[in-house]
Amino acid sequence: MEKVGLYPGCSLKGSSREYGESVVALARVLNLPLEEIKDWNCCGASSAHAVSKELSLALPARILSLAASQGYKELLVPCAACFSRLKTAQHHLKADDTLCKKIEDIIGAEVGGVKILSVMEWLEKYAIDAIKEKMTHPIKARVACYYGCLLVRPTGVIKGDRVEDPQSLDNLVKLAGATPIDWAFKTECCGGGMSIAATETVGKLSAAVLEDATHRGAKAIIVDCPMCHSNLDMRRPYINKNMESPSAAPVLYITQLLGMACGLTPDEVGVGRHFVNYKEEAICQK
Amino acid sequence: MSKIGVFVCHCGENIGGTVDCEKVAQEAAKIPGVEVSTDYKYMCSDPGQTIIKNAIKEKGLDGVVVAACSPRMHESTFRAACAEACLNPYMCEIANIREHCSWVHEKGEATTQKALDLVRMQVEKVKKDLPLSTIKVPVTKKALVIGGGIAGIQAALDIANAGHKVILVEKEPSIGGHMAQLSETFPTLDCSQCILTPRMVEVAQHPNITLYTYAEVEGLEGFIGNFTARIRLKARSVDLEKCTGCGMCTTKCPTKKVPSEFNALMGLRTAIYVPSPQSVPNKPTIDKEHCVYYKTGKCKLCEKVCPTGAITFDAPDEIITEEVGAVVVCTGFDVAPTSEFSEYGYGRYKDVITGLQFERLASASGPTMGEIRRPSDGTVPKKIVFIACAGSRDAAKGRPYCSKICCMYTAKHAMLYQHKVHDGESYVFYMDIRAGGKNYDEFVRRAIEEDGVNYIRGRVARVYERDGKLIVKGVDTLLGGEQVEIEADMVVLATAGVANKGAEDLAQKLHISYDKYNFFAEAHPKLKPVETNTAGIFLAGACQSPKDIPDTVAAASGAAVKVAALFSKDQLLREPVVAVVNRMPPPVFSTCVGCSLCVDICPYSAITMENIKDRAGNVIKTVASINPGLCQGCGTCVAFCRSKSIDLQGFSNEEMYSSVMAALHE
Repeated sequence: MEKVGLYPGCSLKGSSREYGESVVALARVLNLPLEEIKDWNCCGASSAHAVSKELSLALPARILSLAASQGYKELLVPCAACFSRLKTAQHHLKADDTLCKKIEDIIGAEVGGVKILSVMEWLEKYAIDAIKEKMTHPIKARVACYYGCLLVRPTGVIKGDRVEDPQSLDNLVKLAGATPIDWAFKTECCGGGMSIAATETVGKLSAAVLEDATHRGAKAIIVDCPMCHSNLDMRRPYINKNMESPSAAPVLYITQLLGMACGLTPDEVGVGRHFVNYKEEAICQK
Repeated sequence: MSKIGVFVCHCGENIGGTVDCEKVAQEAAKIPGVEVSTDYKYMCSDPGQTIIKNAIKEKGLDGVVVAACSPRMHESTFRAACAEACLNPYMCEIANIREHCSWVHEKGEATTQKALDLVRMQVEKVKKDLPLSTIKVPVTKKALVIGGGIAGIQAALDIANAGHKVILVEKEPSIGGHMAQLSETFPTLDCSQCILTPRMVEVAQHPNITLYTYAEVEGLEGFIGNFTARIRLKARSVDLEKCTGCGMCTTKCPTKKVPSEFNALMGLRTAIYVPSPQSVPNKPTIDKEHCVYYKTGKCKLCEKVCPTGAITFDAPDEIITEEVGAVVVCTGFDVAPTSEFSEYGYGRYKDVITGLQFERLASASGPTMGEIRRPSDGTVPKKIVFIACAGSRDAAKGRPYCSKICCMYTAKHAMLYQHKVHDGESYVFYMDIRAGGKNYDEFVRRAIEEDGVNYIRGRVARVYERDGKLIVKGVDTLLGGEQVEIEADMVVLATAGVANKGAEDLAQKLHISYDKYNFFAEAHPKLKPVETNTAGIFLAGACQSPKDIPDTVAAASGAAVKVAALFSKDQLLREPVVAVVNRMPPPVFSTCVGCSLCVDICPYSAITMENIKDRAGNVIKTVASINPGLCQGCGTCVAFCRSKSIDLQGFSNEEMYSSVMAALHE
């Protein structure tokens, strides 16, 4: 199996270290070759595209170029914001040769044609058989798979599965023994990057998401976006102010859930770093 | 030496904007054989044609080249002008300097040069042209109407009333189409059944109309005035001659839970069924997919109870052929299903229905006898939301077009709801209200002002179920983009009008064009709205694009007039662009060696072998002979002929060669 490059971005090294740790740990358990690309830079998420179009394209273009020049055909981008920026940049550069040339002049290198993978796509492509084989510890919980916005939109750029009712995470959690619930807020907004600037708004928006999930019987929320995670987890006190009754449902990354199902300890996948405590017996059906 | 006239048209700015027409005319004058060369703003106009006619008469021209738009557009116009000036019309050629030049290139020297090259090619061709005469073919004065909805009914009645025979083919067991399913119709709220069913009966009883229901057109061969249609009469397992329509079989049928197509899958029917009480013919059909006998080999209860012995389980499909002179395609449309709308629940919520389903709920003959009740639990919805443009005008859904009828029927639905549920609240989410039409806007205003329907300008982002309610999340763009959330009991999606399943297949069988949405294409969007590009095949109704009843009826009558005009002549004139096998005096007779290769490769079976005999009746030579009535001028035989004995009139090898060499400036 050919090595897949890993672009962690800032989140996986900082506020969402456990996501990065769980991606690497899961890859190790499943024997999926994965290697962090060298000399990577910021993807420009949340601010660059609001400031300068060129900057918002040049930053991701350099990352794509590095991955290609370091010999990777595929690049795993676990952070949803990074994924979105890289996909968007690649989409625009592919569509416009003149623009591509200009950006290549700015970064002083060719962009190349590396294929960008989200965690969902990476797992669906390489991990399904391995998970079935390594699964030793089914986590029999009712969970809500929460996709947020960046991994499924915009339609023209992200050509994923059913955009309003995606199924990838739902199918993956089934492999871990969990039961995905059918709910309405899969792709609603959590408040995204407004966590610091407008925490109260995040509290309201994320509360609507959590309310629907818990109302329909979900015991945990499964995500694969650092922003969704930090909003639903770190901002829980703000969320609970807007809930009918406070929720203690933990928020797990898909890689953490699958990792634990494949025998990794909660510590190995970094569950202990969360604000809302995870206790398997608290979420699993008796 | 030839005397050719070249006439360069500016087509206003269309050609003149990019091509230097004056220069083309000046340069063309220098081509050997060109007697006169001139340009004019609009050559197709009366003064333009007069220029051509006068030049022919005054200069004694023996060939004309008009450099203008596509020959599809005005070749016939200019040929007619030439004929009026006593020049054989086939001595007139069109150099297409619009579609092939001015429209596709930038203004400049090269563009003008290309236009001149195109003129040069046609000048060389016209020098080799031979005078031709039109071919006369007989007309079969019988029309085939495909589809028995309101379009087909109207077209069939109009043609039949003009005194011609009509074959009406409907694929369902009854005629009536979608109009029979509607409750009331906008903008007058008259009952659809009341105005349609008398016409259905009239069709069935008309002496000039032969009605085949539960039948489909399998294939169509031939050409204008002379088509042969193959029609499959699907075995309905009931002998229509013997059946009296007493209904014993349908009451006794043990399979009672088949979703009724007529009720838009909301009510139930039996396996042997009549779609609706007003069906024409009002006689049952056995649905083989659900019938117990066809599934298990046992039952035959209907046969036992039938007092006239009309049940025929083992009768096979029958294929018949009909000779017809014209075809009117009226195959209608369908509505997109709710399952297409991910954001509105992928069809999972029973109380999210289509507009067509709402029609059945509101109809007195529907599953609830006209009471508005929720499909999920049968309760009367107290709050109802209508979503217009569900899938229409939405490029992301692959349908950027407007379905045209939804604004009006949504206003009607909301109105009917308010008339039936007095304490109910209704909401309509819309993008724009498109109510162009006689008394249409007044109708919408009435819904808003008199019946109190709440119109909200904005889109609905999502519909989801929560505790038995449908939560409709949308936006009110007239209130500064304020978010709106409505807890509704029922949601009606005005889903897009789409082409019928099988439309593409039918178009290919009939050899007519269709667009990327599988709607059939008219020959010209403005001036030939009911014609197709295939002569003798006409269109009417929503198979072209979504249409309301008045437009459909108007189009159907329009198509019927075209058919009547076609049938008003005993013979048709056809373009002489057909292949001919050369003939020469004895002792050669023809260079054809009689290999008969062309007979097999002709796609239209137009070629036969003919014996040339002497006076004593002895066969001297056998040569190929082409029936000009059947030949479509495709040229396959010309390319295939090993002895180069076949030529296409109007596009002979010599003419094409001269033309090509002119393009190469040799």
